[in-house]
Amino acid sequence: MSTFSPRKLLLAVAAPVLALVVAFVVTSAILLLLGDPVVEVWQTILSWPKPRQLVQIVNGATVYYLSAVAVAVGFRMNLFNIGVDGQYRVAVFAGAAFAGQAWFPGPLNVLLTIVVAMVAGGLWASIAAYLKVRRGISEVISTIMLNAIATGVVQWLLLKVAVKQPGSNTISTKPIPESSQLSGLGLIPGATNKVYTLILLAVLVGALYWFVINKTRFGFDLRATGRSESAAVASGVKVPRMVVTTMIASGALAGLIGMPLLFGQDHSYGTTFQAGLGFAGIGIALLGRNHPLGIAAAALLWSFLDVQSNALQIRAGVASEVVFIIQGVILFAVVIAYELIRRADVRLEQQRVARELAATRSDAPTPEGATA
Amino acid sequence: MNHPPGLPSGPGRGVVAITAAPARPDRTSDAHPAVELEGITKRFPGVVANKDIGFTVARGTVHAIVGENGAGKSTLMKILYGVQRPDEGSISIDGRVVDLHSPADAIAAGIGMVFQHFQLADNFTVLENVVLGAEKLHGIGDGARREIRRISDEYGLDIDPDALVDDLGVGARQRIEILKVLYRGAKIIILDEPTAVLVPQEVDELFDNLRELKSEGLTVLFISHKLDEVLSVADSITVIRRGTTVDTVDPSSVNARQLAELMVGAELPTPQTEESTVTDRVVLRIEDIVLAGVGAGRNVLDGISLTIHAGEVLGIAGVEGNGQAELVEVIMGMREPTSGLVFLGDTDISDWRTREIREAGVAYIPEDRQRHALLLEAPLWENRILGHQTEEPNVRGFIINAAGAKADTERIVKEYDVRTPSINVKAGSLSGGNQQKLIVGREMSHQPKVLVAAHPTRGVDVGAQSSIWDIIRQARRDGLAVLLISADLEELIGLSDTIEVILRGRLTGTFDPDTVTAEDLGAAMTGAAAAPEETR
Repeated sequence: MSTFSPRKLLLAVAAPVLALVVAFVVTSAILLLLGDPVVEVWQTILSWPKPRQLVQIVNGATVYYLSAVAVAVGFRMNLFNIGVDGQYRVAVFAGAAFAGQAWFPGPLNVLLTIVVAMVAGGLWASIAAYLKVRRGISEVISTIMLNAIATGVVQWLLLKVAVKQPGSNTISTKPIPESSQLSGLGLIPGATNKVYTLILLAVLVGALYWFVINKTRFGFDLRATGRSESAAVASGVKVPRMVVTTMIASGALAGLIGMPLLFGQDHSYGTTFQAGLGFAGIGIALLGRNHPLGIAAAALLWSFLDVQSNALQIRAGVASEVVFIIQGVILFAVVIAYELIRRADVRLEQQRVARELAATRSDAPTPEGATA
Repeated sequence: MNHPPGLPSGPGRGVVAITAAPARPDRTSDAHPAVELEGITKRFPGVVANKDIGFTVARGTVHAIVGENGAGKSTLMKILYGVQRPDEGSISIDGRVVDLHSPADAIAAGIGMVFQHFQLADNFTVLENVVLGAEKLHGIGDGARREIRRISDEYGLDIDPDALVDDLGVGARQRIEILKVLYRGAKIIILDEPTAVLVPQEVDELFDNLRELKSEGLTVLFISHKLDEVLSVADSITVIRRGTTVDTVDPSSVNARQLAELMVGAELPTPQTEESTVTDRVVLRIEDIVLAGVGAGRNVLDGISLTIHAGEVLGIAGVEGNGQAELVEVIMGMREPTSGLVFLGDTDISDWRTREIREAGVAYIPEDRQRHALLLEAPLWENRILGHQTEEPNVRGFIINAAGAKADTERIVKEYDVRTPSINVKAGSLSGGNQQKLIVGREMSHQPKVLVAAHPTRGVDVGAQSSIWDIIRQARRDGLAVLLISADLEELIGLSDTIEVILRGRLTGTFDPDTVTAEDLGAAMTGAAAAPEETR
């Protein structure tokens, strides 16, 4: 798939663009129907963000990106890890609890916390992997169940270790020491807030994801399993082992999702920690077609819509929740568009092959039945 | 056209007496043929399309459509059954032009189809299978049972409506399929390669049934590429080549040779072994393999032992579903046998995994290439890596060597004559024969010691078939041990040094291909001939 042709690029871009247009039309129709000011809504959403908002967009996208990559690893072998949401919450709780103890100094504490979070996420995911390989339980069902269980488990554990935040009702883990807090990078001029330092982690994860999936033997086996499990088995891939490895890898990556938030913003895990990131990741991975750059674009778009919608209530008098309609329609449209374009691609290529072969045949007639 | 209804059909056996004065219980005027196709054209990406097909089928006859694999016979039949729509041309039934949008339209027009792969639910009774989807006709109870009995008696199908399909053999299942079609009121029955799954004795029974149908005024369209069969049962034969009708001939005026030449448009290649290259060096040895069936069922493989020497082709004949597929999977490490050992040379590989077995030099051509040998949506060069993910030139350490794999794919494409515009197209875009040549080329590219080939020429065109036969012969000369599993008895007899027959998971007879006939093998495959070693 590494060959690069204008046709392929066009096909790759066509679906998302189509989806955006559909989302624009459908959302406008809904707004019109409900008598909301369509023009103001789009003016607000499509206005160029201020530097402060740009930073927010980049930060939001960083977290979404990690989440989507965690999901995409599974998607590449047709493994539907719906449990990224539960995995990241278990992981960030474990990480925050560990980091709060400040057993290690500054940066070392950060590194070890990341390891702890990955291990926690991986372990949580391994339950689903075990159930699938040994008991034949669909990972879709088990990970959804495990999400619910994760909520309960984390809440219960949080009550055990929680400290009360001064001056508020919320509870959280012990805040991490200041030496381990990451103050951020001043990447965007004119902004008072800063980009998460751990955006570097997201970039690293993206590069590694691309390399492992596309360039290594493991990645080949993974993609082969995703494309045809029966062919992968016959080629010598040990599918149960691949399921376990991939599920745990996906869970470990899910463990990274909360890290930029923990070190760059919240400094502890509490009841106000951002929720629902795992589910957003599923949509973003779909939109980005599991491609490292595609996911980056999708994550930025998602975050852009999130941030831009904040002003809707004030500037257009429309609830900012309208953005969920936009995002939902984009997803629906893009899934349909991808499938249509995939089929068109297969058909076009078959026709092209047939045509080119017919052309060469008439150039140099080859004997029908080669010599016996 | 030329279908003299008065002439007896077929040379030799199976002369049909009734045709002398064809029974004509027809209500519609006899001036119209049962089926008339005119200028049928179907364009299709990647495969042979139908091009200006035209022929006429008289009522109350068996009309055969012959052509090599991939000539477009099945497409044509799908068009006639409403599964696909022609881009051009017209279909007339009883003189009326019909427009078939779906099988339902075809059934309404009195056309029924018996597919090559039976569409029966094993855990249902015959009655349940027959009424499924046709519940409105005669209900699902005694009315339906009576109707099934009536049809069975009228056409001599010998079917018990309350038998469980699971308990029935292939021949009986096929008769159920025919009964299903009759139950739905078909007057024109299409049979797609009906004999492919049958052994010679069952074929004779089927032909008796067809004659019965014909004598009752029904019309049978019979698709095949087995010429002897066609000559013995058909009243008229239409030959299709490269998607178009070449000729319609009278079976009494042609012989199999002439028909074959019409079909292929050139001399017919035949598999032929050269002098023996068998050595006494054992390469692959299988000892007493047992694979237990599910639950309390009989063993799927029951004490199979085989020895294949360097330079030997060991053929396995058997009706499909008698354990061949499972035997291959056990050898390839894809399935754990209940007991028994597999040796490669002197090494016990029973516990090895598929990848280790392939790395050790066992080349594998699976029976279902689309499911087991290819990633249809991946480019050719990635498919060249598949199955050899750990071997040169595909990888360097743990990293995929795309450049190496691509260069080697170019070589395979050239050496094995894979017709493709580029190595970057998806495997699914190639025709079956070219896909198979790519697979064979890939498997022969890693200095194999053993070649396990399951139905290597199934569904490929004649050109690819003869090149694959050449490759197997070359492998034999190069001292490989070849395990050849095939349903094509001619292929087995032509290529093998020894033929073993497998029946219900057991090897029931060893034959010398130089002396055995297809009939002998057929008898052994069904257990019909009480093989001496099998009595009691």
